[in-house]
Amino acid sequence: MIIDLHKFLETERPAWTELEQILGNLEDEPNWRMDLDQLKHFHYLYERASADLGKIVTFASEPETRHYLESLVARAYGEIHESRAKARRLDLPRWFFHTFPQTFRRHVRAFWLAVAVTLAGCMFGGLALALDPDAKAVIMPFEHLQSNPSERVAREEQSTHDHLAGERGSFSAFLMTHNTQVSVFALALGATWGVGTILLLFYNGVILGAVAVDYILAGQTRFLAGWLLPHGSFEIPAILIAGQGGLILGRALIGWGTRASLKTRLRAVSGDLVTLIFGVAVLLVWAGLVESFLSQYHEPVIPYSFKIIFGLIELALLSLLLGKSGASAAAETTEAG
Amino acid sequence: MNSSRVSTLVIRTPEGIAFSLPLACPVTRCLAWVIDIGCIMGLITIVGTFLRLASLISLDLGRALVVVGYFVVQVGYGIVCEWLWRGQTVGKRLLRLRVMDAQGLHLQFSQVALRNLLRIVDSIPAFYLVGGVFSLCNSRAQRLGDLVANTIVVRHLKLPEPDVDQLVAGKYNSLRDYPHLEARLRQRVSPREAGLALQALLRRDQLDPQARLDLFEQMASHFRSLVLFPAEACEGITAEQYVRNVVDVLFRPQVR
Repeated sequence: MIIDLHKFLETERPAWTELEQILGNLEDEPNWRMDLDQLKHFHYLYERASADLGKIVTFASEPETRHYLESLVARAYGEIHESRAKARRLDLPRWFFHTFPQTFRRHVRAFWLAVAVTLAGCMFGGLALALDPDAKAVIMPFEHLQSNPSERVAREEQSTHDHLAGERGSFSAFLMTHNTQVSVFALALGATWGVGTILLLFYNGVILGAVAVDYILAGQTRFLAGWLLPHGSFEIPAILIAGQGGLILGRALIGWGTRASLKTRLRAVSGDLVTLIFGVAVLLVWAGLVESFLSQYHEPVIPYSFKIIFGLIELALLSLLLGKSGASAAAETTEAG
Repeated sequence: MNSSRVSTLVIRTPEGIAFSLPLACPVTRCLAWVIDIGCIMGLITIVGTFLRLASLISLDLGRALVVVGYFVVQVGYGIVCEWLWRGQTVGKRLLRLRVMDAQGLHLQFSQVALRNLLRIVDSIPAFYLVGGVFSLCNSRAQRLGDLVANTIVVRHLKLPEPDVDQLVAGKYNSLRDYPHLEARLRQRVSPREAGLALQALLRRDQLDPQARLDLFEQMASHFRSLVLFPAEACEGITAEQYVRNVVDVLFRPQVR
């Protein structure tokens, strides 16, 4: 049987045109909300176009109309069957003080795993340097870390010249962008089933542990704390949170402990991964500013005690943000749900 | 939902309807990416020129803004374009490609952000080797970022409403004088043959004159071989007119 195409098109075209107009409105104005009657009519038009597509595929070999209807049904399908919440206008303070810490806490086990891997790296790097000081060049292949810690401290404390004069802004911008790139890389390496993220976290830990042991063995613990704490109290947790994201992604790919399909698992975590990495970027902007404008200045310019206390206060505030912020809102949502 | 190894993704809706999305091939995507690189470089130059003006206040501030500006343009170009243009960048727009949710649903911001952030892994060690290998091995041509973000890149063709009025309406059709032969013709012509004849008529102006004559001559002789109409029904009409009459008979049966 071949359908009367002319009559079919004449009858159905007004419904298709109306559906196309509604879809156009939805696409042009994402915040447009339909009332119940409009929604029912939209659903009716979608079902009618679907039925027409079924008819034209079965009873007429007319590719032009079929392709047109397929594209119409495909667009309407996305609108009708989408059950995820549509993006609302971004409320930045609410996002940073509620959504970000809530997301962090939801996946806190991945964070502790990232901490454990980094600590394992720290222990390895520290022990390797303590047992074999000649390994320094291999463990820390960075020129500025090769010198003797005591000599560096003496040089920095005696220096009357501001080596960052006129460059603090650009140095801080470099730190922000570089550290953000490393963090994105740590998260993205989760796509290697988490193996890449673990290796990166471990390597970061090795360098951190080696530097720490190098300065401690040289008797420069105060300098080390004053140097690292102000920016490290944000920078190190930020890298760990990026690693947390990578581990979440790795777990979703592996599918450990769940029977959901890969698509469902990835769909469930994708929003959280984006929240975590944007939160990390915000933390790293602050860390970059502090590292450039504070961390690089030592006694007698800035007392170590001030820098250490400053770093500890930052760490306490960050812990408060990640551990408590948005907790009441989350509880209210749970109760309401 | 269901996919095949050909370059389309077939989605079956709960209403029992299937529709297909034509997937973009890796080569076209690569060309779109080359165009996007050009756009990023152009944007960097423009943004850099403006941000350097801050050097009038402080040289350090100018340099810092340029560093941050470059980074934001590099990372943000794909995210912002694909979010604002519903899955398209300049390159994809020019080559008629679009990023879509792999299940045909709405593209979410998290999907756009994730597929763009994961470019960093897709592009290692150089020239998108990881991404290229993944998309060549994947039946949906997804790179690693697409796989994680659950997105696909489709060819986005602007389809106008079909118009067959010009072909089948309001003209005298000599074949209609023989209803029993019309009925036989409708019985013997397959939907595929009918579709071919309709398409030939719809695209007739795109053919070379000689090719057009040859094609309609072959089609007319095929339809004549299926059902033989009396000579007076075919007298004085061209092969193309004969095919037009056949299509009219097939797609517009008269209600009696």
